[in-house]
Amino acid sequence: MPSSLLWAVDIFGRVYTLSTVGQYWELCKDTQLEFKRVSAVKQCCWGIACDHQVYTYVFSGDVPIRYQEETYENQRWNPVGGFCEKLLPSDRWQWSDVSGLKHQQLDSFTLPSPHWEWESDWYVDENIGGEPTEKGGWTYAIDFPSTYTKDKKWNSCVRRRRWIRYRRYKARDVWAKIVSQDEPGQLPDPFSDISIGGWEITDEPPGRLSVWAVSLQGRVWYRENVCHHNPEGSAWSVIATPGEVVQISCGPYDLLWATLWEGQAIVREGIDRNNPEGISWSIVESPSSENGIMHVSVGVDVVWCVTKDRKVWFRRGVNSHNPCGTSWIEMVGEMMMVTVGLNNQVWGIGCDDRAIYFRQGVTPSELSGKTWKAIVSTRESDRSQSGSSTSLLSAGCFFTDEIQNQTNAIIQGDADTSSDTELPSAPMNPASAPPAAAAAGGDNGTEIPAPVTLDPLDSGHGEAAGASTNNEKANLEMHKSTNPSPSAELQWTNIDLKEAQKHPVLSLSSFTETSSLSSLGMFPVGAEEPYGTDEHPLWAWVSGGGCLVDLHSPLKWFTVPSGLSSSVQSLSLSITPAQTAAWRKQIFQQLSERTKRELENFRHYEQAVEQSVWVKTGTLQWWRNWKPHKWMDVRVALEQFTGSDGMRDSILFIYYMYHEEKKYIHVFLNEVTIIVEVLNEAKHSFALYTPERTKQRWPIRLAAATEQEMHDWLSLLNMSCCESRRIQGPPSHHAIWSVTCKGDIFVSEPCPELENGPHLMPCDQMFWRQVGGHLRLIESNNRGVVWGIGYDHTAWVYTGGYGGGFIQGLASSADNIYTQSDVKCVYIYENQRWNPVTGYSSRGLPTDRYMWSDASGLQECTKVNTKPPSPQWTWVSDWYIDFNTSGGTDREGWQYAADFPASYHGHKTMKDFVRRRRWARKCKIVTNGPWLEVPPVALWDISIIPSSTAAGEEAVALWAISDKGDVLCRLGVTQQHPAGTSWLHVGTDQPFISVSIGAFYQVWAIARDGSAFYRGSVSPQKPAGDCWYHIPSPQKQKLKQVSVGRTSVFVLDKNGNLWYRQGITPSYPQGAAWDHVSNNIRKMSVGPLDQVWVIADKVQGSHSLSCGTVCHRTGVQPMEPKGLSWDYGIGGGWEHITIRGNATEASRAVHDAPEEQPAGPEELDNEEGKGRRESSKTPLMVSESQELDRNAVNC
Amino acid sequence: MTDDKDVLRDVWFGRIPTCFTLYQDEITEREAEPYYLLLPRISYLTLVTDKVKKHFQKVMRQEEVSEIWFEYEGTPLKWHYPIGLLFDLHASNTALPWSITVHFKNFPEKDLLHCHSKDVIEAHFMACIKEADALKHKSQVINEMQKKDHKQLWMGLQNDKFEQFWAINRKLMEYPPEDSGFRYIPFRIYQATTERPFIQKLFRPIASGGQLHTLGDLLKDVCPSAITPEDGEQKTQVMIHGIEPMLETPLQWLSEHMSYPDNFLHISIIPRPTD
Repeated sequence: MPSSLLWAVDIFGRVYTLSTVGQYWELCKDTQLEFKRVSAVKQCCWGIACDHQVYTYVFSGDVPIRYQEETYENQRWNPVGGFCEKLLPSDRWQWSDVSGLKHQQLDSFTLPSPHWEWESDWYVDENIGGEPTEKGGWTYAIDFPSTYTKDKKWNSCVRRRRWIRYRRYKARDVWAKIVSQDEPGQLPDPFSDISIGGWEITDEPPGRLSVWAVSLQGRVWYRENVCHHNPEGSAWSVIATPGEVVQISCGPYDLLWATLWEGQAIVREGIDRNNPEGISWSIVESPSSENGIMHVSVGVDVVWCVTKDRKVWFRRGVNSHNPCGTSWIEMVGEMMMVTVGLNNQVWGIGCDDRAIYFRQGVTPSELSGKTWKAIVSTRESDRSQSGSSTSLLSAGCFFTDEIQNQTNAIIQGDADTSSDTELPSAPMNPASAPPAAAAAGGDNGTEIPAPVTLDPLDSGHGEAAGASTNNEKANLEMHKSTNPSPSAELQWTNIDLKEAQKHPVLSLSSFTETSSLSSLGMFPVGAEEPYGTDEHPLWAWVSGGGCLVDLHSPLKWFTVPSGLSSSVQSLSLSITPAQTAAWRKQIFQQLSERTKRELENFRHYEQAVEQSVWVKTGTLQWWRNWKPHKWMDVRVALEQFTGSDGMRDSILFIYYMYHEEKKYIHVFLNEVTIIVEVLNEAKHSFALYTPERTKQRWPIRLAAATEQEMHDWLSLLNMSCCESRRIQGPPSHHAIWSVTCKGDIFVSEPCPELENGPHLMPCDQMFWRQVGGHLRLIESNNRGVVWGIGYDHTAWVYTGGYGGGFIQGLASSADNIYTQSDVKCVYIYENQRWNPVTGYSSRGLPTDRYMWSDASGLQECTKVNTKPPSPQWTWVSDWYIDFNTSGGTDREGWQYAADFPASYHGHKTMKDFVRRRRWARKCKIVTNGPWLEVPPVALWDISIIPSSTAAGEEAVALWAISDKGDVLCRLGVTQQHPAGTSWLHVGTDQPFISVSIGAFYQVWAIARDGSAFYRGSVSPQKPAGDCWYHIPSPQKQKLKQVSVGRTSVFVLDKNGNLWYRQGITPSYPQGAAWDHVSNNIRKMSVGPLDQVWVIADKVQGSHSLSCGTVCHRTGVQPMEPKGLSWDYGIGGGWEHITIRGNATEASRAVHDAPEEQPAGPEELDNEEGKGRRESSKTPLMVSESQELDRNAVNC
Repeated sequence: MTDDKDVLRDVWFGRIPTCFTLYQDEITEREAEPYYLLLPRISYLTLVTDKVKKHFQKVMRQEEVSEIWFEYEGTPLKWHYPIGLLFDLHASNTALPWSITVHFKNFPEKDLLHCHSKDVIEAHFMACIKEADALKHKSQVINEMQKKDHKQLWMGLQNDKFEQFWAINRKLMEYPPEDSGFRYIPFRIYQATTERPFIQKLFRPIASGGQLHTLGDLLKDVCPSAITPEDGEQKTQVMIHGIEPMLETPLQWLSEHMSYPDNFLHISIIPRPTD
């Protein structure tokens, strides 16, 4: 579970954060300023400080925010001086942008704000489309504008080269003032509210944010161009509104609500990818006619509001098609304000006690939640009592002195506005000005003569009365609100209204109804108010926009930290105190003493209970092995018996009927090599492999009626398999890890004969056991450092545990298992055909594919009938158009083609008669396993150095690629602390996609354009090396993966070809040339013994073909690093493997190497494999007519 | 590597070497040899003594045989207490093997329950589990289980199948992540020195302030006499499964790891031997 932060401002204007894994409020690192409001998302926070300026707080990450400036230098050849800067009058400027239309000299580039700095001086880019150019970086063409090549030809008349320079955003972990570059007259008046969100509307540019602000005059402003590499945005633009706005709230998607002075809410419509600022407003009336809306907060598809009488309301029926929703429902509790978090979770600030409450029980099916629960976390500063308490006190006094005078003014303002309904002509300006002015520490205009219609005492009184009639009122409201909708929806009533319970109110009697409508003002505190450290903090504002809480995350916010758990503030890999506690040690020690005392001398005694055979039986479905293949009901029995040596073994029997005849098949569980869940949305099914069945590509497939039943069987069968193979506890450092396309993680213990010895162990005999969790890729080394990356690019580090997932109880370690979640997308396609009458429509030809289909067009997939990949997944978003399809799309997401199936392009031409667009929907899995998140950088690829030395304390080199393509180097990784400490950014001129580090610190990487790079001078002393050397890729191939073993370097191109780098010597580490090894390869891993393992496609088995199969290169020898042939292991449906942990060399290997060399191929021929193993040059491809065994795991 | 799971195994596989001798007044046809057996601590006497019964019946006249019962140093042993508890309560700190006297006559009706068949033991065992789950989860977990799961718990105990038992029992040991423990800890405190059979009260694993309750907290609350005063000498021993956990041990952990198969924490409080 990734941790995230809840942001809050206390009544003194100090900003605090509370982590979802933490227990204490932590003071914001930059404490220079006091704030009125903050609005947070995951990567940053925007706020309005007491000076009414807008600030943005960008978290310091290890990855810098960089922006590449570029300009082109253009030259023309003339017979006199050769190429020179003298251009023809009709030519472009000597310095221009890429199109040549814009004049841009090097010195015309300036930093956009004081928060930026230059990274280096201008330099020439010597890379064109993945190919290195000559020194100088010139590319040649016949004339401007034209295609440029790196080679100078006889007719090259012009040339140009690209200059680049990076600037870096330096204001991180501090509040950076948003400097407005508009002329002073255009400057918006002081801001009073701010809200950020909208990052889910589009993917491009990365990190795009909608920043909305409200000024004191009630105008709404939109900040242009806020995105990852421009965290400040460029300018404010005003958005017309139907009235004066007081407060605004922006959700992560397209929901945007604001409140008007008159008490209505306005809802922005037409917000989408092309119009992030929306098109128009529509008005929603307040839930009660007497009390207007004071505050509104929106989430993904929920809206909460607080009316002027502090009542909290939930808006029903809100979604992206109907952003206005249908009706209000009153909730229990009185709040100053509410805020909605990432998955519609809600927080509020209690009206009476100024505590922050969390809404418990908010689920997708029950968006309004169940009850408010107070967060009792204390501040970090309160823990260390020394000194800080006095400073807190003085800070408090300072503030209260300032604001004391204005207390009345605020109340008056409040009273004024709450009487608005009677006095519609009440002057607007004074009403809006006082709170702001007061809050500013007021210099003028605070004494507004307005009738005090509501004094603090009265309001308290009124509330009490109000509370007693709460139910009645609520019922009334219900009737009103359900008017437009049928009464069937009245079910809402019993969620909240009936259990009108009072929340524990921490009595602070002097706090009465004081905050203003805008509640902008600092909360006035009487000077006599003791603000001791034992008091709970009093809050003015809270923002949950960056806080992700889901049902599975245990929060520590609701208990006062006790002695035992306080030191376990955040999860860490170090041993927790509970494990080292004296009581625990004593129990272990006494138990072993007891066993010794009571058993040692009496082992010859007879056991009271004789061991017997235990049978578990049940009914499952079996994918029968004769045609036509289908599921049939079978009885199954697992017989467990104890052998004479005390070891247990088991046999699984499957009883079936064949032509009215009772038959059975049986499997000895000590022969089973893997039990794997099969992705199947309709059935809870799993597959059982033995070496023989791996050869056949035909496992035993079984299905259970319920997920629970399947997991019970899986758990039991797994345990029996492990027991019969005497495997228990965590995997060793040498373990081979792999991941299936389902995200399941498997681990196998290598034996020395796997890579060495005269008789290599065939890899179909490897035993794989599952480890809990869900990952896209996994990388390890031989020191037990294991990292993984989820489908949502979250980085995870292995904790040393085992089990998790469905493997529970005894086969799972008690510690080191944590909740893990992952998010991925499900895609479906909308297909249309053009016809002369109606244009494009969803009426296709009879021969066409389904109008809603999968990518292949063979399966019908509608929005309604498409389910998450398995019952473990739940939808976490609605269907949305995916614009990031390869080939590009038009503004509505369509891709055009002449016919189905064909290559699609993003614009319509005359020849196009069909079009399609891709819809995506996010789904989420929550499971558990021995993994801990490594925040905050999302990763794309990882590589860990396989080291031959076993020095325990030494740092382990770990390189990674972020999801944005940054190259990173992890510092502080050791065997004891595998998570490391921080990232070191390694500059590149373009985004990268793959990296690998060899045993001798040889770092190779692949850029997104498909070219390879070698990093020079990487060493333990210089972990990031010094510079990149561009290595040309194999002819016409774009590379996608690199793996470096001890000395071997292999790369994989986008067409599935595997290449070996020849000519690498210690003095020339870049090598000389690429040598083709094999095709049909999807992924590969080169290990510390230079062993080569791959995931291959189209592997032939005796029954069927499989895709995504683990293969081992045999015959790899120092003199034959490319190996000879493939040995096929488990598959299909495998996605990733890492063998970089396996450095177990058989001790004799060095002596025997010469003899072994001929033994390899001979041995293979002698095996009964019947041509399974093909020679190195033979492609893995076989005839397509065979049935593809995609059922194995089902990709 | 020490893992909490190992505690479960150690607890399960605890054995007490026992020597059964026939009561001297029983009438036999020939001399009865003592019978030696390793008794599982977590099981019940009448469940694991078929062999003992057969052994002694061989030397007795058929008409003399009636219901078997056991006695240790004059105390009839209650079969419905787990064996480990009986040993800790009555015989710890004595020399091993544990010497139990076997009776076939004069069944002490006021001390012991009859046990005519294994069904009686099963009924008692399941009743305990259900009571424990009522305390832990308001009976929700046990009620959601199927009949076959209940059977598996019992068969696991009867056949001494650790995995079989724990495959189901682990569900009884879980609690929702938002809580930090069970609702109440199922425990029973036995004192060798009093007449009262045992103490059982409602006791939560977590204090109202959020701290974990420890074994010491429990004893202080329900059995203060067991606690040694600060300055005083230790007069009592607090025993579970033949060991003395520290009073700082969290109760929730104890309940999860050191409960008997009936899901109760059976705690014996016995006088500390003086030597």
